[in-house]
Amino acid sequence: MKKLKSFVGSREFWPILSLLLVLLFNFIFTKNFFVLEIKDGHLYGSLIDILNRAAPLMLISIGMTMVIAIKGIDISVGSVMAISGAVAATLIGGSLEMVNGANASGTAMPLPLVILIALGVSAILGMWNGILVSRIEIQPVVATLILLTAGRGIAQLLTQGQIITIYYTPYQYIGAGYLLGLPFSVYIVAAVFALTMYLTRKTALGLFIESIGINQVASRFSGIKVKSISFWIYAFCGVCAGLAGLIYSSNVKCADGNNAGLFIEMDAILAVALGGNSLDGGRFSLIGSLIGALFLQSITTTIYAIGVPPEITYVVKAVVVIVICLIQSEEFRKAALGKFARNRRELSEKAAVKS
Amino acid sequence: MNKTNPILKMRNITKTFPGVKALSGVNFQLYAGEIHALMGENGAGKSTLIKVLTGVEKLNSGEIFLEDQAILARTPSHAQELGISTVYQEVNLCTNLSVAENIFIGREPMKPGRIDWNTMEKRAEELLGRLNIRIDVTKTLDNYSVAIQQMVAIARALDVSAKVLILDEPTASLDASEVEKLFTVMRQLKQEGLGIIFVTHFLEQVYEVCDRITVLRNGALVGEYITADLPRVQLVAKMIGKDLAELSSCSKLDAADDAGSKEVYIAAHNMQKQGTIYPFDLDINKGEVLGLAGLLGSGRTEVARIIFGIDKPDDGEMLIQGQKKKVAEPIEAMKAGMAFCPENRKSEGIIANLTIRENIILALQAKMGWSKYISRKKQQEFAEKYIKILSISTPSSEQLVKNLSGGNQQKVILGRWLLTNPELLILDEPTRGIDVGTKAEIQKLILELASDGMAVMFISSELDEMLRCCSRMAVMRDKKKIAELAGNEVQESIVMQTIAGVH
Repeated sequence: MKKLKSFVGSREFWPILSLLLVLLFNFIFTKNFFVLEIKDGHLYGSLIDILNRAAPLMLISIGMTMVIAIKGIDISVGSVMAISGAVAATLIGGSLEMVNGANASGTAMPLPLVILIALGVSAILGMWNGILVSRIEIQPVVATLILLTAGRGIAQLLTQGQIITIYYTPYQYIGAGYLLGLPFSVYIVAAVFALTMYLTRKTALGLFIESIGINQVASRFSGIKVKSISFWIYAFCGVCAGLAGLIYSSNVKCADGNNAGLFIEMDAILAVALGGNSLDGGRFSLIGSLIGALFLQSITTTIYAIGVPPEITYVVKAVVVIVICLIQSEEFRKAALGKFARNRRELSEKAAVKS
Repeated sequence: MNKTNPILKMRNITKTFPGVKALSGVNFQLYAGEIHALMGENGAGKSTLIKVLTGVEKLNSGEIFLEDQAILARTPSHAQELGISTVYQEVNLCTNLSVAENIFIGREPMKPGRIDWNTMEKRAEELLGRLNIRIDVTKTLDNYSVAIQQMVAIARALDVSAKVLILDEPTASLDASEVEKLFTVMRQLKQEGLGIIFVTHFLEQVYEVCDRITVLRNGALVGEYITADLPRVQLVAKMIGKDLAELSSCSKLDAADDAGSKEVYIAAHNMQKQGTIYPFDLDINKGEVLGLAGLLGSGRTEVARIIFGIDKPDDGEMLIQGQKKKVAEPIEAMKAGMAFCPENRKSEGIIANLTIRENIILALQAKMGWSKYISRKKQQEFAEKYIKILSISTPSSEQLVKNLSGGNQQKVILGRWLLTNPELLILDEPTRGIDVGTKAEIQKLILELASDGMAVMFISSELDEMLRCCSRMAVMRDKKKIAELAGNEVQESIVMQTIAGVH
């Protein structure tokens, strides 16, 4: 009972409840939503699909959680995603080569090197944000707005305004491959999540980050290297976005400078907020953000699954998000429950008068 | 000067905030054609009196007369209509608007349907001309120095046929020549028959420009004096609340400075920062409590900030235990063995949304680095140890610091620094806003730490506790270190005379 109570009071309670509500909705209204099939040793089904498709958003949400925890924000993640995909596609290059009716396209550069360079570029872009915010002290929204705009341009330059198809099959494993029955992207997310959890909960970094988010001046006075930590957090967020870009481009087998990661910064911020994190910085919950990301992907999948016409999907999504935000707001809950309680009291009073 | 009939009279002004009596029965009068200094230490009630006068705060009881008419300003703009204009410390102008726009903002001269720019610019030039300022009024304000901006603020205040002009610490951000310029303008306005209320912390400026002085202390009126008749040392005594007679009879302290083995822990040479602090030399010995005395704004905190690496000095060097060290960040100061309890507990001290435990271990953890995480069990031990030593009243170490009272928050910060086991502890106003009992505890603790060999630098606005704790004192005035007192000299009358600048 005590455990239950502390769970209800925790910051992860409402996000988990929201996710369960969406799943419950699907359990009732969507046919075969929970069905898992095994084909060629791989698991298939809506749930797996959600996990796989949510992978880029989950990765970016992890980076975004850290940035928001230090009272910052990074709205350039979508552009970094596009650049990372474009870098990988350009380095792989090549065209479709068929041998005996099978795809045998090669790569201009070994795959590990391609991945390393793409992630390196993403890290540098993150560091750029970090320098603007921590050293030059530009407001985070403005600082990352620069890369949001410029980055999209860089991605288009790299792809020369076109959608570059990636034919090299091993690359496609990153976002579409399976390992031990589960999508490979899930393992990537799990690894990044575990690493971040370790760094923030098993070292003092988490304490420093929360401290910076709550009171930067006092943190500096207490000996925390505020500037250097902020810098590395933005760099980390860049790497997360870069990884997301690799997964996405691998999944769709192409690099699209225009559309890869478009508006994902908004979804990521929303995921962080839905996860029970304050955009004001300070205390944070990584699990909450991941659940927030899963929740967003679940409602997208659900909307498609129940056949909502594409032109109103955004509206439906917005309504669901509003409802969830209201449920999570303590003020609103109090007001609503207060009215409910009042009504009940009035009813019982009326009943008492009648009798 | 019409001595018989003050232009402004405030009678029996009383103002209470929840739990605090900010003003009790204060009288104040201002004559036309005089500059009147309003003096008092922090929390004396100067700002509250001004706020009541200008309609920012409502008074609980009392009367205000302007030219024998009872008035009660409802809002600052209403006060301005009545003829009471205020220029605040932080120039609240829009630097990206033109000079003329700034002067007339909110009451632009109009032609039917639009602003009459020509009239506006002409009148702006006239107003500034009255202050002997000739500048291009169509340029944006940020083209001009802070002093000129201050003049523009005054010009704006004067536009509405002001009878009373309030200058609330206008000189805090001006340099000497700019201050001189401001004084010229003030004297000229005085000639024109304006009554000027001048709020400042700088004693020299008061004696340079003011005719009379009203002193407040703890929300009550101490007295009203003619500047020429009040020696500086008496003014300081009245602000701090000690009679001179009482002072001379004050016996010498049991000097705790008989330490034979004076080992210098830190020696600062020629440290300076333009506009913040003039060059100073300062030695702090192990096992002594060195006081930094001086009025607010005299440069006490600035000295501490430079030594702890918060502000970067323009020049000068520091020897720590005989070795030259550059301290560019607080963390470097900490690694050299320093600790610093800042003046503003809320904005610079506590991390409000973290627990007591986290707040206490924060500095030690920062010193050790992020990878050497102090185990949860150890953290708990540390927190509980200092909760006990400092008798912090809380149900548990997991309580959020923001839920504690001010005094307990101060103890948490003290605990945070004691845990790092420093060799030099810098305390900037550690007892401000703390009840008497806690104050005594903290003072006792300071003395104990020093007798255990720690070097302590102690800054406080309360001379009493400085005298009780310090074996040596550096005296600051107007951003300069002006004297060092030791041994027999550490007594109230001498300290006050030094602060006041008379010997």
